[in-house]
Amino acid sequence: MGYHWNWGVFASPVPSGETSYLGWMISGFETTLALSLSAWLIALVIGSGMGVLRTVPNRWLAGLAAAYVELFRNIPLLVQLFIWYFVLPELLPAGLGDAYKGTNPLLQQFVAAMVCLGLFTGARVCEQVRSGINSLPRGQKYAGLALGLTLPQTYRYALLPMAFRIIVPPLTSEFLNIFKNSAVASTIGLLELAAQGRQLVDYTAQPYESFIAVTLTFMALNAIVMSLMHLLEARTRVPGSMGT
Amino acid sequence: MIAIKNVSKHYGSFQVLSECSTQVAKGEVIVVCGPSGSGKSTLIKCVNGLEPFQSGEIIVNGISVGDPKTNLPKLRAHVGMVFQNFELFPHMSVTDNLALAQVKVLGRSREEAVQRGHQLLERVGLLAQAEKFPGQLSGGQQQRVAIARALSMDPICMLFDEPTSALDPEMVKEVLDVMVGLAQEGMTMMVVTHEMGFARRVAHRVIFMDQGRIVEDAPKEDFFGAPRSERAQLFLSKILQH
Repeated sequence: MGYHWNWGVFASPVPSGETSYLGWMISGFETTLALSLSAWLIALVIGSGMGVLRTVPNRWLAGLAAAYVELFRNIPLLVQLFIWYFVLPELLPAGLGDAYKGTNPLLQQFVAAMVCLGLFTGARVCEQVRSGINSLPRGQKYAGLALGLTLPQTYRYALLPMAFRIIVPPLTSEFLNIFKNSAVASTIGLLELAAQGRQLVDYTAQPYESFIAVTLTFMALNAIVMSLMHLLEARTRVPGSMGT
Repeated sequence: MIAIKNVSKHYGSFQVLSECSTQVAKGEVIVVCGPSGSGKSTLIKCVNGLEPFQSGEIIVNGISVGDPKTNLPKLRAHVGMVFQNFELFPHMSVTDNLALAQVKVLGRSREEAVQRGHQLLERVGLLAQAEKFPGQLSGGQQQRVAIARALSMDPICMLFDEPTSALDPEMVKEVLDVMVGLAQEGMTMMVVTHEMGFARRVAHRVIFMDQGRIVEDAPKEDFFGAPRSERAQLFLSKILQH
């Protein structure tokens, strides 16, 4: 094939001499990690809140949550990212918009990608939380209320602890997706792992080494996430339930 | 204690309850029976406001359940309820199941709540299982824990919604024994059940429901002696055969 393998490329310095190509990859990895984890936090908080609202008796609140899901689940992730990054700053009131656009461009990229990924994934988390709650016997809610707990207390102490246990497996796959989807942020110039991989190819013409490294890093990340979630599942398993 | 006046409920055009009226005096034990779909479970869930109703009035201990201004959680805290499928919280130990509402609703300290819970577990013969989880107990044991959980709130009356229907036959007795004990102590009870042996032993009155109506509301002796309605006679003949 005539390809010149050179794994040593990672040790050689980048053109500016500030760091090595490995340094670029590590900085990309850090960005991917920070972006994915912060977006996951947003997704969990918003998704859990909206998922609960979808199951409450109040029609307006349930409708609000349903509208959120429809909006964020039905628009392609890439389009959402462009809207957050290119369109929304223009829609801000002039003073605020200018102030925002005056901030560090790297920060703007990061914030747009974080909010976008967080809300997109939150819509999916929302549906899982809803199905988790709905999968519980109706009598569980009655039992909480009959004891004199308020509806929020019934959710907090009776329904949600079981609902979250039930949805750990689908939540795991959302957690994995958020790492993979974070690569979309390279389209607005955020130098996360995939973007650094491509940049390395542009400078060194060593695409195999670069993308093998990127691929292995994503796989390792997801293997860690999976084992953490398995650990969580085992730790929170209810004695006397199936599988113990 | 409980007064039910002309209560009606419908889902769309389907009438679940129509013009139901009865009352339960303090210390009285009422058994509600009837074929499935007759509305008996719905009626008992209306008493503590778990099911809303469109017309009529239910007064529990002087408080109107259907009034939108009523603080339902406060009312429910003093009305114990036991469900067909136990409905213990599976992720909590037996002790925590008993302590939760005592702490969160009644404001008792954890120690106080655990102590009261253990007293009641002893009463239902399950103190040894205090640290187990519901999934590790048999159905009969779970239902006894559920009764203890309701009693831990020091209720002024108890509602039972088919408490033995989901149990294996050999476990029915252990649950009924606890209920008989309660009745003999003078607890006000409204019990939806087909256990006619229980009705005979401790009920003061028997209510027979069919198609959302209270067809018969009679003292136990009259009900078992000579039910007035044909429908109740037919029902009794069917369930008393075995």
